[in-house]
Amino acid sequence: MDLTRRTLLKTQAAAAAAAAANVALPVNAQNVPTGEDIQLQWSKAPCRFCGTGCGVMVAVKDGRVVATHGDMQAEVNRGLNCVKGYFLSKIMYGKDRLTQPLLRMKNGQFAKDGEFQPVSWDRAFDEMAKQWKRVLKEKGPEAIGMFGSGQWTMWEGYAASKLMRAGFRSNNLDPNARHCMASAAVTFIRTFGMDEPMGCYDDFEHADAFVLWGSNMAEMHPILWTRVTDRRLSHPHVKIATLSTYEHRTTDLSDMSVIFKPNSDLAILNYIANYIIQNGAVNREFVQRHCNFRLANTDIGYGLRPDHVLEQRAQHANDAQVSHAASFEEYAKLVSQYTVEKASELSGVPKEQLEALARIYADPKTKVMSLWTMGFNQHVRGVWANHMVYNLHLLTGKISEPGNSPFSLTGQPSACGTAREVGTFSHRLPADMQVANPEHRKHAEEIWKLPHGLLPGKVGYHAVQQDRMLKDGKLNAYWIMVNNNLQTAPNTNNETYPGYRNPANFVVVSDAYPTVTAMAADLILPAAMWVEKEGAYGNAERRTHFWHQLVNAPGEARSDLWQLMEFSKRFTTDEVWPAEILNTHPDYKGKSLFDVLFRNGNVDKFPLSEIDPAYENRESKEYGFYVQKGLFEEFSRFGAGHGHDYAPFDTYHQVRGLRWPVVNGQETRWRYREGHDPYVEKGSGWQFYGNPDKKANIVGAPYEPPAEAPDAEYDLWLVTGRVLEHWHSGSMTLRVPELYKAFSGAVVFMHPDDAAKRGLRRGQEVRVVSRRGEIRSRIEIRGRNKVPPGLIFVPFFDASQLINKVTLDATDPISKQTDFKKCAVKVVAAAMADAGGQQ
Amino acid sequence: MRRGIFACLVGIVPFLAAGAIFAQDAPRLRGPEPFTKETPAPPMQRQVTNDVRVRRNYPDQPPVIPHSIEGYAVDLNANKCMSCHARKFTQESQAPMISITHYQDRVGNTLGGLAPRRYVCVACHVPQTDAKPLVENIFTDMDALAEPERQPQRGRH
Repeated sequence: MDLTRRTLLKTQAAAAAAAAANVALPVNAQNVPTGEDIQLQWSKAPCRFCGTGCGVMVAVKDGRVVATHGDMQAEVNRGLNCVKGYFLSKIMYGKDRLTQPLLRMKNGQFAKDGEFQPVSWDRAFDEMAKQWKRVLKEKGPEAIGMFGSGQWTMWEGYAASKLMRAGFRSNNLDPNARHCMASAAVTFIRTFGMDEPMGCYDDFEHADAFVLWGSNMAEMHPILWTRVTDRRLSHPHVKIATLSTYEHRTTDLSDMSVIFKPNSDLAILNYIANYIIQNGAVNREFVQRHCNFRLANTDIGYGLRPDHVLEQRAQHANDAQVSHAASFEEYAKLVSQYTVEKASELSGVPKEQLEALARIYADPKTKVMSLWTMGFNQHVRGVWANHMVYNLHLLTGKISEPGNSPFSLTGQPSACGTAREVGTFSHRLPADMQVANPEHRKHAEEIWKLPHGLLPGKVGYHAVQQDRMLKDGKLNAYWIMVNNNLQTAPNTNNETYPGYRNPANFVVVSDAYPTVTAMAADLILPAAMWVEKEGAYGNAERRTHFWHQLVNAPGEARSDLWQLMEFSKRFTTDEVWPAEILNTHPDYKGKSLFDVLFRNGNVDKFPLSEIDPAYENRESKEYGFYVQKGLFEEFSRFGAGHGHDYAPFDTYHQVRGLRWPVVNGQETRWRYREGHDPYVEKGSGWQFYGNPDKKANIVGAPYEPPAEAPDAEYDLWLVTGRVLEHWHSGSMTLRVPELYKAFSGAVVFMHPDDAAKRGLRRGQEVRVVSRRGEIRSRIEIRGRNKVPPGLIFVPFFDASQLINKVTLDATDPISKQTDFKKCAVKVVAAAMADAGGQQ
Repeated sequence: MRRGIFACLVGIVPFLAAGAIFAQDAPRLRGPEPFTKETPAPPMQRQVTNDVRVRRNYPDQPPVIPHSIEGYAVDLNANKCMSCHARKFTQESQAPMISITHYQDRVGNTLGGLAPRRYVCVACHVPQTDAKPLVENIFTDMDALAEPERQPQRGRH
């Protein structure tokens, strides 16, 4: 029964009277709870949302999370959270949590066109195994695929990688991080021979200038933005320059807001390089000792289907990744075309502004931190854009030291940890190793105690290719974990949805909530989330951060780790491995995949007694060994001794994360720099030791136009992205009433002149139409985003307005990451459309 | 209190039959049915501007903003929020003073004014619309767990 105002007053009056009479009332008459009632169990965890990796303190009472706040001891955020982080307490408690497996059925049998019905885990895995075995038999391992996530815990991604590559012998494993930072990851390897940033968040407190390239940090990395604003407002000499295709909350707090035409950032970057060269600002000694020059293949296409006219026409669509050694002079000649006039003409940015920007990089006394996110990475020339910003830092030697830092921000909590370090991309193994490299495969087989020759060397399907292959019927058994791809992939009506509903395919979705993607699956598996399991994430500054299981998942929901390991029990080596391997290695015959992958003497090495007795650990208790520790310790062997070192497992449960490489118990804040990085030899200054010659690559590339640009009919640029209050597709944040009520549905941000020109008012319903599809939405001409004429912004969190039906599935041809920031659309009044035409 | 209203909308349904069990705004959570269909966009939601304080879910939650902030400048020149919520203006404005935590810098030193790291108020404090929640959230207030005798239906086991 609720306490009404009347009874509350009565209780308080009685308490007051009793106090006055110095009489103790029984405890249940007390209006302020005391004693054990107000004790909360607080534990640390990283935030569930973006790649910043804020530390959170989580309070548990009676098996439920009841409060969260920013962890004062966490260096990343020192007590702060953004609004999403402050509402973490509520993300697990949407009433529509999935609590049991759901299978599409008719008459008690699986049917692609059936209705979802609850089934047991056994029934779910039976059907799944049956379908997997059918596909393996009919088509082999290349028809099996998995789409994972930068939100997987590290051991979940690691277990998935083992199951897919070593179990099913398929590299058709890719994370949704492909859509998110593949351009950054690929360019790190191309430039430095090693993935992930050289610097760290400490750079925020040392830089004199911040240059943001396609990053709205105020909304997308709000806590890192607090560190930028702290630096800017506390030190008047510090300047912020923000480059974007529209104004937003970040430009509100920037000294310089540089609004450029989509794709012309390439011209601006090359102009700055040219300025540096023309004005004698090249750090010649640094460049000579530590850099190589290369020129990239040009005219490389747009990662569309091969029969697309743009691919047919492109000269180097098939060898887009190739570059050639060059001299400084050749590079200088390439960028010399990018005069301030040309850059200004291509970008629409005033010359004075471009020059002011160039001076920031050229001035040897200004420490520059360049920051970028999706504007750079979701770019048909995302790899080039990443190269071009490294070029500026390398030409001037402004790298790998406090405050001089080219820094790629990540969007997911473990894009670095799980997608990159664990290696869940279709071309990667742990510790930057590649599936195409026989030596790397051999090394993996040794660590995993598996027969030589088992791991497949063919690079698997990347994210967009998986969708295409599902549609084309070449990928037939497909497992999606921790992502909502049907809402977030490009051109979904034409390229994603048809594959999920293709009768030849069996699609499984593991999620905590019924998302758009789950609803299009054949089997839904209910997942445990966040602190319902023990986990590890790796953030954007190489920080590995652990947490314990704090509460149990509802109903029959289980962690992805348990799901992966449990599914592996359904297969024997005889069913999935070639006879020739088993004949030469008879010890492996007749074993289950669970036995060879997870009971291999490594993963099952640590007893339950090593688990902190204060915490639950469901998976380990079920299997009888400390699963997470075994997986992590096996994984960490991949990187030990060559620049990817981790601390021992137990250490991470004590600290607020550590930045790898962790050598002799010490984390590394600035890699490649003598005095900061133990791998750099004395007297060398810098060593980019990811490359054999320990030099970084300056890679020259030109401006090239985007895949699609506005024309007479489709006359507007469409940019899609996030908003502060919702994270990605909104499956967690839309279920928190306060966050939903803070941004209650997607809108079309449009310039008032563009609205007036089309006779549209604020709030009016419109259709946003591209050559691929359309949605209905509402016009917003005010608010946080101020777009220029000719461009609209529509966020993608709202499942009732699936803007990715409209976007184009063009990717960077090298990184295969989609460009969600540029395609051509028109906007017309919905009422006009209903009346039968838009002419 | 509030929970009763939405519980009856969602109901206790044992499994998901497509289209059967969600409140009217469910397309915002799980998309149109079928996926390929385009549905009309619901009207934009009205801002809550009643200035009534909303109870926090837990002590650490940043309070939500019960008024419009349309056009409020938070830029290098001005912070409009502070023209009412700064300590020195709260008597005139009767607005709540910013939390004392907002005077602390990164390492915990207390400053003479708003800490620069707390400058962007809207990173944590957000206004609200009158939109109905899409689905009930069954988060439990710690008070309900601390006072089982007053909430017998949610008492401890």
